[in-house]
Order: sequence, then structure tokens, then C-alpha cells
Amino acid sequence: MGADIRVENLNAWYGQTHTLKDINLHIPANHATALIGPSGCGKSTFVRCLNRMHETNPIARAEGTVRIGDIDIYKDAAPVEIRRRIGMVFQRPNPFPTMSIYDNVASGLKLNGFRNKRVLDEVVERSLKSAALWDEVKDDLKKKSGASISGGQQQRLCIARALAVDPEVLLMDEPASALDPVSTAKIEDLIFQLKSQYTIVIVTHNMQQAARVAEHTGFFLTGTLVEFDKTHKIFTNPSDKRTEDYITGRFG
Amino acid sequence: MNEPGSIQLPQTILPERSEATGPVVEVIKPPSIIRSFLQSKSSGKFADGAFQGMMVVCAMSIFFIVLLILSVLVLNSKLSMHTFGWKFFTSSAWDPNVGDFGALPFIWGTVVSSLLAVCLAVPLALCVSIFLLEICPQWLRGPIAFLTEMLAAIPSVIYGLWAIFVLVPIMRDNVGPLLQKYLGWTGFFGGPNFGVGMLTAAVILAIMIFPVISSISRDVMKAVPIHQREAALALGATRWEMIRMSVLRNARIGIVGSVILGLGRALGETMAVTMVIGNHPDISKSLFAPATTLASVIANEFSEATGDLYVSALIEIGLALFIVTIVVNAIARLLVWAVTRGNSARAV
Amino acid sequence: MGSLPIRSANFERLNKARRTVTDHFVTGLAILSTIVVLVPLVAILGYLIYKGASSLNFAFFTHIPAPVGEQGGGMSNAIVGSGVVLGLASLLGIPVGIGAGVYLAEYGQGRLLGNIIRFTADVLNGVPSIVMGMAAFALIVAKQQHYSAFAGGVALAIMMVPTITRTTEEMLATVPHAIREAALGLGIPKWRTVLSVSLRTASPGIITGCMLAFARVAGETAPLIFTAFGNEFWSFSLKEPIAALPLEIYKYAISPYDEWHRLAWGGALVLIAMIMVSVTLVRIFANRGVLKGGH
Repeated sequence: MGADIRVENLNAWYGQTHTLKDINLHIPANHATALIGPSGCGKSTFVRCLNRMHETNPIARAEGTVRIGDIDIYKDAAPVEIRRRIGMVFQRPNPFPTMSIYDNVASGLKLNGFRNKRVLDEVVERSLKSAALWDEVKDDLKKKSGASISGGQQQRLCIARALAVDPEVLLMDEPASALDPVSTAKIEDLIFQLKSQYTIVIVTHNMQQAARVAEHTGFFLTGTLVEFDKTHKIFTNPSDKRTEDYITGRFG
Repeated sequence: MNEPGSIQLPQTILPERSEATGPVVEVIKPPSIIRSFLQSKSSGKFADGAFQGMMVVCAMSIFFIVLLILSVLVLNSKLSMHTFGWKFFTSSAWDPNVGDFGALPFIWGTVVSSLLAVCLAVPLALCVSIFLLEICPQWLRGPIAFLTEMLAAIPSVIYGLWAIFVLVPIMRDNVGPLLQKYLGWTGFFGGPNFGVGMLTAAVILAIMIFPVISSISRDVMKAVPIHQREAALALGATRWEMIRMSVLRNARIGIVGSVILGLGRALGETMAVTMVIGNHPDISKSLFAPATTLASVIANEFSEATGDLYVSALIEIGLALFIVTIVVNAIARLLVWAVTRGNSARAV
Repeated sequence: MGSLPIRSANFERLNKARRTVTDHFVTGLAILSTIVVLVPLVAILGYLIYKGASSLNFAFFTHIPAPVGEQGGGMSNAIVGSGVVLGLASLLGIPVGIGAGVYLAEYGQGRLLGNIIRFTADVLNGVPSIVMGMAAFALIVAKQQHYSAFAGGVALAIMMVPTITRTTEEMLATVPHAIREAALGLGIPKWRTVLSVSLRTASPGIITGCMLAFARVAGETAPLIFTAFGNEFWSFSLKEPIAALPLEIYKYAISPYDEWHRLAWGGALVLIAMIMVSVTLVRIFANRGVLKGGH
């Protein structure tokens, strides 16, 4: 099952730029939460702070408290340990090009030293089924490279890869922005089914998408969290004028 | 009241509860042994540190090898440096029996043979680069580029073997007499012509450094942006004018770099030169006369050298060669880099 | 129209003709020089195959050299000796070269140490091979008081390192950042990411780089003269002087005996064939063994 996320006074910098300013937020477990806002508003930086990917860039820095379940990820553990608990799906599909489909899905376990082949087979099948990709690739799991399938399939492969490590949280950074409408619909269906099992945080620039998949929505603007509430409330009766301007298209 | 109506939200896709809609697919929860396995794994900090340490050691070893080579050459040539000082490089004595050593004939041989080789190779290499880039039909480009690169893969000793049995007779019986007949008055082609000597060494060197100059000058010319060429063509330039105005002018620094890189290769080239230059420490005006180079005197005499001073003098020659090639290569790389800006222009 | 003076039109026409002639002339010159360059290449390869093939026989691969004045004999010991020296050189040079390349690409970007290493690798690449042999002599042979296959292997290994380092760095730089991020996002430690993701993705290029380095040192003679030294007999010991193909070719080529010249040509053909075959084999292997990624 998923874990909830509590963020307190999170600040992040990218070089000299202060990209996140005092973010406070509680993301509930086993639900989908969408983060919207114009580009450059800090929403991507925010999710990258949740699994400490932000700091992989040498000039980037983050401060504050982020609790996932009962772990303070900036205090209690090494980045590698945090990232094993959290799956991440990136903007562009990024399967490992030299690995087969099977190895791509199994990579999070195999490369961390997991050897039990029977369990691996099982996990790969379940993850691919969860990602709604199993039927399309089951015949050439070990024959085809992860990079040889279509873009939409690649992104679902990346989701399967993230699910295979049985994460508590699934972070998705604009997972459908590089995909065609049909593939986008499939990804959204997926999020819909997965959110009962995992805590999903999805960054999107597409407001309809946020409305379709998420129970909660947060609106970011120039590095601050302007409003965070039930999706329905944000889209029908936002309490902040800036949110209203953004979702009605008067702005940005 | 706020009525943000720009987004039409059908009620069905505003889920308040997670199991609201969507086709029902059985999502099986992966076995939790996975979660417990991953959480039991350490952060790998130790392995990470050890791995990075190993990589640093590998990298540092390059630095130390260069340092080691330099220091061993300096240490072992101290005796010669003390005995002869700077005069070592201006004296033309080379008499192991008496113990009097000077490097001038070798410097002369190296410089003359290399410069001559560069003079022979550069015009050809540039013409071939222009041909391959601008004139050659597409289907022929690959094979010719491949063949010129094959030239670079042939070992030096095989060039030498070929030169001994093919080039030397040609130089002796065909090219030599012709040069003597028409250019004999210059004095560069006087004296007996055995086929073995400075000129033959320069020719074989030219063949060997041709691929270096050709492939790198091609890289540099390729780096000239297409719009530069189009600008020239749009002004009504012929193909040659376009090449001269935009390609050669823009790539000239890099071309100079490629030439210097070729020169660096020629300076240090050993085997082929040793096999055909005649190995005689004389400074002669005639290009037919046998000569010798810094590299070939080492190849010929180092393993038989007796006496500390003799060995030390040879090592000082090696040190001089080392330093000169470093300087030449550094200049060349800077020039090539200035044009291609990191686009791969590796030396062959 | 029409109002232009006749003289000017003529001048224009003449000028145009001159420019066209120049253009044709230069084109012709470029074609001619290409032919001039291809002639020695074809001559060398053709002559090598012609002379080499007629000198090769079964005994060449099974016998050691015959004493001066006797017919027959072969270079089996030199072929094996080359294998020993090159094997040792690869064993030492490839790991160090790849390791240094990994450092430059994955850890040393933008650091002072990285730039120093990059520069010294280029310096090392430019060191004349004869100087390398001299240094190996002073460092190893002079200390041990005898020539050895080991010293030859070390000299060649050092020559392999800079080429491999720079190719490894370049090839790793072409691995997309997104793929590294994917691995990091899965909680895979950095060392594992470098080995199983970055290096694996870049492996075809790195293998090619290693082969180029191998091919380059396989024909090197100068570094072996004062290290491996050569040997008329069988030797498998790293502590003994050992025969190597390029050394024997050199020795036989400058000898006055026809029979030895024959051996030199045969050896040259075998050496070229060894270089070409090993490069081609590994290329094929590298293309097959790794799943092709579509981009």
C-alpha cells in the first residue's frame, strides 16, 4: 500500500535561482494528486525533491522536511534508499536501450542485487499487466529491446519498471506530454486503476488531465504553492483569484 | 460568484472515490518480499566510494605514467646534460669511441625529413579532403575515405619493408635521375644516389602522415556551417570560389592544426625512417645523401650502447624528442579544438 | 537590357570563362591528387598480398626460424610471442583506459583533476613510440637486468591507455542523460548505474575504441626493440625475451638474406591479416551481442 507525504517548509534552489519557496503540503496516501501550473512554476522541481532527484544536479540544493510515511527523507536515509521506495516516471519515455523488455522491467530489482528468478518472472508479468502492456509484448519479452517499441508502449514500460520495485509512491512528471492522444488516454486509464494501490503524484500542464485523474490538485505559480484542495473545488470554486485566472485561461 | 466555466467537467470523471470508474482490471499487488528485500539493502555508500576510488586511481595513473616517463628520462640523461650542457644541441660530433656527443645531425635529419614530408603531404591531403567533401559522388566517398584510413592502420615496419624493396629501387632508378637531370643545378640533388637517404625517408613519411592530415582537415572543413557555403553560392560563386571563400577561409586555423599534428607524427616516426634513411650522422645539402634522425639513432644504437655517457646522451635525445612532440601536439590540438569546438576530431 | 556596352558584355563573358576554367582546373587537380594518393596505397597492399602470399606455407605457421643459410623455417614463435605481449598489454591497458574514461565522463566533468587527466592523456598519446620503449627500458629492463616479454607488454599497455580513455569518455558522453536518471530514479547505486547502464549502453563504441588501440599497438616495433627484444626460439615466459612479429619483420627486412626477406613478407601479411581480422571480428561481435537500441 502507499504512504502519505508531508512536506514542511520546503525550499529549493537551482544555482542562484530560488525555485521553490516554503512549500507546505499533505498528500494523502492511495490517491492521485495532480500538480498544475504554467511552465517554470516549480512543479517539476517539487516532485524531484520528493525522491531527492533534484540534488543529482551539482548546482541544485534543497532544504526543509519531507516525510514519506514515517521517514524523513532528508534526514533518515540515503538518497538511494529513498528512491527505492518511490517510483518515478519521466516526461520522455526513457527505457534502457540495451536491455530487453523483460530486463527493463526487472532492472530495479536485478541491478539492486535481487536474484530469485521465479519471483522476478512473476513480478515482471504482474508489473506489465498492471501497466496494461502485457498483452502487447508477452511474446517477445526477451527478444525485443526496450527502445524498439512505440513511444506510448515505452512510457507504459517505464511505468511497469517503476511498479516492479513495489513503490509506496509513484511520481509522474508530465508522463503523457510526449505522447499522442490515444497513448495519453491509456496512461490516464492506468493512473486511474493504480491509484488505489499507490500514492500517485502527477505533474501536468494539462488541466483536463488533472481533472480526469486526480482527487486533489495543487496549483503552483512562480515557486509557491498557491492553492491545494480537492480537484472538484479547484476547478469549480477556487478560493484564490490567481487559480481562477489560470484555469479559466485568462492568464499564462 | 466565480463561474470558471472554461473547462467542462463531466461528473463521471470527477472521482471522489478511487474505485469510481474505469474498466476493471485485476491489479495484483506485487509480493511484499520485494519491498522488504529492497529496504534491507544498504545504501551502497561503501561500494560507491570504492568504485569511484578505483576510477580515480585509473585516471591518476595516466598522470603518474607521464610524470614517471619524464622523470626517468631527465634522471638518466643528467650525466650527458652536465657534460655537454646546451652545446649538446649545437655540436655535430658523434663519436662513441672518444665519448664526444652532439645531437645536431639528428636534429637536422629529423627537421628536414619531417618538413619535407609535410610539404609533400599537405597539398595532396588538402586536395583529397576537398575532393571527398565537395566533389566526390556520394557512392565513392565511403570507399575512398575507408582506403585512406587503411593507410593509417598499416604498421610503420610494413611501410619500411615496402619502402626497402619497392620505393628505394624506384627512387634510385627512376625518380633520382630525373631530379638530378632537371633540378641538379639547385645542388639539392647532387652526389651519388643510392636510393637510400633523406628524400626517400621524406617520401615514406609523407605517405604515412597523409591520413592524419587528410582525416582531420576533413573534420575541420566539415565543421564549416552549410549556410556559409550557401552564402557564397548565392552570390554566384563557382564551386572553387565557394571552397576558397567559405570553406578554406573558415577552416584555415584547423587546417593548420591538422598540418602541425601531421608534423608531430613525422617527428617521432621511427621504424620506416630508420629502414630507409641510411643512418649516417652527416649534415649534407644533397637530399640523396644518407642522414639520420633523433628517433632512428635511438632505434639503432640504444641496445648496443656501452658506457654511461653514451647511454645518457641517447636518453637526452629521447628527452628532447619527447618535449618537442609534446609542444607540437599541444599547439596542434589547440588549433583543431578552436575550430571544431569539441566535435570529435580525434587523432588517428 | 541592350543598353550595356558591348565591351562590358565581352569582358563579362571572358571573366566567366576564366572562372569556369579555374573551377574545372581545381576539380581536375583534386581528382588527380586523389588518384596519386590511392596509387601507393594500392601498391603497398597489392605488393604485400602478392609477396606475402607467395611466401606463406604450412611451415611458416608451425616452425621457428631456420638458421642463416638454411631454407625453410617459419615464424610460429613470433606469432605466439606477439599474442603473449599483446595479451598482456590488453590485460593491463584496457581496464586502466576504460577506468580513466569512466572517471572523466562520470565523475570528473568540469573538475580541475578531470582537465589535467584529459590533457596528460593527450600528451601520452603524442609520445613517440621509441621514447616509450626507452622509458620502459629504463624503468623495467634496467632494473631487472634482462629483457623481458613483461617489459614489452607494459610499454604497449601504456600506449593503449590514452586512446581507450578518450574513446570511452566520448562514448559515455553520448549516453542520454535521461537513461542515467531512469536508473537513479530506481534507487540503483551510482557504481551499478555506471557499469550496467552507462557502460553497457556505450559498449559498442568502447569496444571499437579498444580494438583501434589494439590494432595500433599490434604493429608497433619501436617500443619492443629494447624491451621484448626478440628471440629465435620458443618462449612463453614473461621473464624471458620474446619474439614478436613486428620485431622479426624489422630484423629480417634489413638483413641481406633472400630467405629472410621471404619470411619478412610473410610475417607482414600475417600481421596485417591479424590486425584486420581482429578488428572485424570484434565489430561483428559487438553489433550482434548487444540489443540494438532504436532512437
